[in-house]
Amino acid sequence: MNPITPIINGLAITLKHLFMKPVTLQYPDERPKVAARFRGLHALNVSHNKAKCVACYLCPTVCPAKCITVEAGEDSNHDKFASKYEIDMLRCIFCGYCVEACPVDAIRMTGEFELANYHRKDFIYSKERLLEKK
Amino acid sequence: MGIEILGLPMMYYIAMVVKVLVAFVFVLLTVAYATYAERKIIGHMQVRLGPMRTGWHGLLQPIADGVKLFFKEEIIPSQASTFAFLIAPLIALVPAFITFAVIPFGGVIEVFGYKVPLQIAAYYDTAAGQVFDVNVGVLYILAMSSLGVYGIVLAGWASNSKYSLMGGLRASAQMISYELSAGLAIIAVFMLSGTLSLGKIVELQSGFGGFEWYIFKQPLAAFMFFICSLAEINRTPFDLPEAETELVSGFCTEYSSMKYAMFFMAEYANMVTVCALTATLFLGGWNGPLAVAFPLLGPVYFVAKVYFLMFFCMWIRATLPRYRYDQLMHLGWKVFLPLALVNIVITGIIGYFI
Repeated sequence: MNPITPIINGLAITLKHLFMKPVTLQYPDERPKVAARFRGLHALNVSHNKAKCVACYLCPTVCPAKCITVEAGEDSNHDKFASKYEIDMLRCIFCGYCVEACPVDAIRMTGEFELANYHRKDFIYSKERLLEKK
Repeated sequence: MGIEILGLPMMYYIAMVVKVLVAFVFVLLTVAYATYAERKIIGHMQVRLGPMRTGWHGLLQPIADGVKLFFKEEIIPSQASTFAFLIAPLIALVPAFITFAVIPFGGVIEVFGYKVPLQIAAYYDTAAGQVFDVNVGVLYILAMSSLGVYGIVLAGWASNSKYSLMGGLRASAQMISYELSAGLAIIAVFMLSGTLSLGKIVELQSGFGGFEWYIFKQPLAAFMFFICSLAEINRTPFDLPEAETELVSGFCTEYSSMKYAMFFMAEYANMVTVCALTATLFLGGWNGPLAVAFPLLGPVYFVAKVYFLMFFCMWIRATLPRYRYDQLMHLGWKVFLPLALVNIVITGIIGYFI
């Protein structure tokens, strides 16, 4: 086969690409647009100034990574609520099963994806930290 | 001007030194920014951005790289031959730069009433009224460019490492194969010009308003010389001496810090030299429209041509993958060598009848 034509074709392709708009995202300066259904950090939904969670234990049951710890408590109205709700982000696989399983729509997932930290203990997200994410 | 040395006034020597310095610094800067340009161009050809974070659009990247390499730890392997190991980067670097001595980068300009030819190893003889340069300039360049490989072979040997040795061996084999074809390719040019002086060759291409270039008369020779030169200076697609996939980093595997930077600089300086030589031999050197009337336009045309060729080198690098070793040898000995010989014969026959 003629060896010159493919080389010229290749050169034409690279020259065409030279004038294309680069796809690079200058990350810390430019932020990616996260999809609406992106599964990032969890957040506990709030209603009437308190978490909607009723501590039904469906999310720790369905969780394949066993990263959710829930402890039930009783409030002044004798309603069941989660006195402790912890997610270990080092174990979480962001599958979203907890969101699917929740019968009262108490947990959702946000677009937050920068979860790096310096200490292991900082990866365990307590109820307060999960509530902060409105 | 009272002081005279060898019958020439002091200012003349100062002008010459300034010329050398300006040319050298310009080449150094070009070498530094060739690395930046290469990363930028290849980046954009791969629809990336290339360096962006040091300075505006990464413009300070070469300086940052230089400073980083300068402060890196210098490692000399305990089993290496220390003297050869230390001297090898210099042997690679120096020929790459001194080649520039004979390349004309402009016509004759007047400084303080003295006519200074824009070519380092040249002077204007006022009595004879013409420029004298090295009359075997091309031979000098071929000699220097083949000297550069000694640095690489020495580096490969002195490192006392298998990868380095393989890189050095490949470099020498490649150099021998392609030096021959490159040399034979430009013989056709000398058959047309009848001189080895680069200044004369540029002068001969000044017809047609500066467009009587040898590339139009010798397209095959130009093509072959450029490709063989790429192989000679170990650039992609012929960068087998430092093929990362096979040889880690080839001859410079064991080098670190400033010595590695010297090899890097030598590589890019060689690229500048080869592009300058191709521009001189085939693209009319500093010739161009109005270059004779306005001597300062000469260097502009020359630099534009050299930069275009360097862009072409980078373009090729972004396009072609590395040749396999046997393909490289096949191309050198079975394609380019016969083609160059046939080209000489054809040029001879045509030259005889015209």
